[in-house]
Amino acid sequence: MSRIVGIDLGTTNSLVAYVDEHGVPRVIPDAEGRGLLPSIVAYTRAGVLVGEAARRQLARQPGRTIYSVKRLMGRGYEDVRGELSQLPFPVVPAAEIVRIRIDDREITPPEVSAQILRALKQTAEAALGEKIEQAVVTVPAYFNDSQRQATKDAGRIAGLDVLRIVNEPTAASLAYGLQRRAEGLIAVYDLGGGTFDISILRVKDGVFEVLATNGNTHLGGDDFDQALVSWLLEDIRTAHGADLAGDPEARQELRLAAEAAKCRLSFEERTHLAIPFADFVYRRDLTRADVEARIAPFVEATLGPCRQALKDAGLSREQVDEVVLVGGSTRVPLVRRRVEELFGKTPHSQLNPDEVVALGAAVQAHILAGGITDMLLLDVTPLSLGIETLGGIVSILIARNTTIPTMAKEQFTTSVDGQTVVDLHVLQGERELARDNRSLARFELRGIEPMSAGMPKIEVTFLIDANGILQVHAKELRTGKEASIEVRPTYGLTEAEVERMVDESFEHAEADVAARLLIEARTEADNVINHVERALTQGSQLAEPGELERIRDAVATLRRARGGDDRELIHERTTAVNKATERLAEAMMDAALKGALASKRADRILESS
Amino acid sequence: MDDYFAVFGLPRKLTVDGEALRRRFYELSRVHHPDFHQAADEEAQAATLARSALVNRAYRALRDPIARVEYLIALEEGRDTREGAEARPKAPRDLLEEMLEVQEALEEARAGDLDEAAREGLQAQRERLAGRKQAEEDALMGRAAEWDAAVDAGGDRRPLLTWFKERLAARAYLRTVIGDLSDALGEDQDQHVSHRRH
Repeated sequence: MSRIVGIDLGTTNSLVAYVDEHGVPRVIPDAEGRGLLPSIVAYTRAGVLVGEAARRQLARQPGRTIYSVKRLMGRGYEDVRGELSQLPFPVVPAAEIVRIRIDDREITPPEVSAQILRALKQTAEAALGEKIEQAVVTVPAYFNDSQRQATKDAGRIAGLDVLRIVNEPTAASLAYGLQRRAEGLIAVYDLGGGTFDISILRVKDGVFEVLATNGNTHLGGDDFDQALVSWLLEDIRTAHGADLAGDPEARQELRLAAEAAKCRLSFEERTHLAIPFADFVYRRDLTRADVEARIAPFVEATLGPCRQALKDAGLSREQVDEVVLVGGSTRVPLVRRRVEELFGKTPHSQLNPDEVVALGAAVQAHILAGGITDMLLLDVTPLSLGIETLGGIVSILIARNTTIPTMAKEQFTTSVDGQTVVDLHVLQGERELARDNRSLARFELRGIEPMSAGMPKIEVTFLIDANGILQVHAKELRTGKEASIEVRPTYGLTEAEVERMVDESFEHAEADVAARLLIEARTEADNVINHVERALTQGSQLAEPGELERIRDAVATLRRARGGDDRELIHERTTAVNKATERLAEAMMDAALKGALASKRADRILESS
Repeated sequence: MDDYFAVFGLPRKLTVDGEALRRRFYELSRVHHPDFHQAADEEAQAATLARSALVNRAYRALRDPIARVEYLIALEEGRDTREGAEARPKAPRDLLEEMLEVQEALEEARAGDLDEAAREGLQAQRERLAGRKQAEEDALMGRAAEWDAAVDAGGDRRPLLTWFKERLAARAYLRTVIGDLSDALGEDQDQHVSHRRH
């Protein structure tokens, strides 16, 4: 069997890992030695950028740079309507699934995720020196069927056969299990960039049996950042009289600064913000308490699911032997404190919370490849599966927290003489009414032989596989014939759409790494050119004699290089422009700072008068 | 219908050693789980998927003593069952009268605002019914050994089966009303997903 890699496709960062020849799971670093690939994709005019290069476009090309796409996976336009104002990129209205508009193209979340997966695939291929075509990919445990299917689709579009979708908290438990071989009842608290999961497992005799899981696929560090941004926007309005809420570039600058400050405040009690905007520099001190006050409601929101999971597992908190923390957001001291209070024991994160999920995915990949035979993960389906019955009531076929794979059979018949088609509406969720649950798909059973009403007996099998994904089969019991089923996913791509995207991705795929690097170089050149041109209109009065000419020359030379295919030359010329503008840039920054100070002094004079 | 007892090599008896059942479940999972059959062809993979699903369903039905009785009845009657939300259970005859009072209190609570006294009333009712439900479960478990002995002796077990059914119906009804009381009190008891562990 060829090699299978493990991939953590995260909201903020993604990683690829494998199990080495000594049986040790390892994260695969890219050419620059980085293990974390920012889950950011920029659709620039020059081409597609992924990761660190795309991250640099966040504040420069906010309308073309897609981040946190995981939060859009398997979701409908209606689902994300409420947060559209916070997204800097345009989402196409009225489509069933979310589509992002870039120029004249509409891009779906699985296609964006596929770009990230493809970059990871290339990283693994470069490091391991072999072709990689199979992967285990992790998802939040609380992901529903559509979100899981969207993740699988993303793999296909990227040219990866996703052999298994594994839940993130359980993947983490596998990584810990391989390392420590401890037994007992374990709670895994996983708070990432965009999603929250709690899973409770019994680990015994090499079997990792999930007893219950719960969570929220729309709760994470992103929400912390967003809350901080809203608060800072208000503060800027008060301090500078400027409303930046409608300025996507400023918002992204602010978001990046807030995120960085949040991370610093996990280790320090206070920090300083200094963010240069076009007209002023925003400065303020920030304490850990400031941040905690803003994020506390989100941390609270994780506790309810924890209690529910304990209850569903039939356990009291005293029975839990160990609490494990996973995900970057568990570095936040407030999170640790609240988890400790809830479970009554100190949680730990001995393995790097950023890496542990990817390492676990690699372990699961190794199990599938036959490399590990004494470990087995038994996971559950996070949400109840049901069908809509008369009056819009849901009849549950498979209850949540049922071990997967699992199966339920149900018989259907016709209600009208001669009826040849029966419709089924399948949903996921815990509510009594169909309209309060997540619609998964409508199934059409066709080709039923015309008989009087109630005569046909169609047995439908609902099977949830080890990925947590639903498969439906139907059989007419009188004839024993397989009935044909047409599936219309409510929030997903049809088979034909995925096929088309797979084809397109081959056509559009960057030939190799070199092509990608050329795009990066060109984009960087464009950025520098734009930046310099803007600076020249604002700060030319600060220039020394001859300086403007030198800068314009350097820019013109860069422009010519950018038109060509020589990446090294573009780099060289870009550096030259940066050098030529160094002095002027500093002079402009000084002037801006003096201006900011002067206005502060003016404030004080006004206050004292 | 599939005999879940047979999946675990057990007779159709209600006394089951939970720890031994779990160990057997892990053993069977190691044999049938799709993780260990990745190299097999498509047809063999589909077969292992079905077997693995059967093992999981069997364990779920047998690990919980009450679910076990429910499953046994379905099996003995040869009807296909499925877990989860059945049609809303009707009040068993012997419970009807004492439930009238509760239903009235519920209707009042739904009609208007809950004052403190009404709240306490509903809470007291809920506590009492929880006790009743526990008593039904104890009664069921109390006669499980009787069933097992009848299996060994090969006697007529139908009367006992009927009795189990009545007690299960009473328990299901009690559970629904306890849920209604919790709803009226504005507490989400999340009770409509059945087969939780006890």
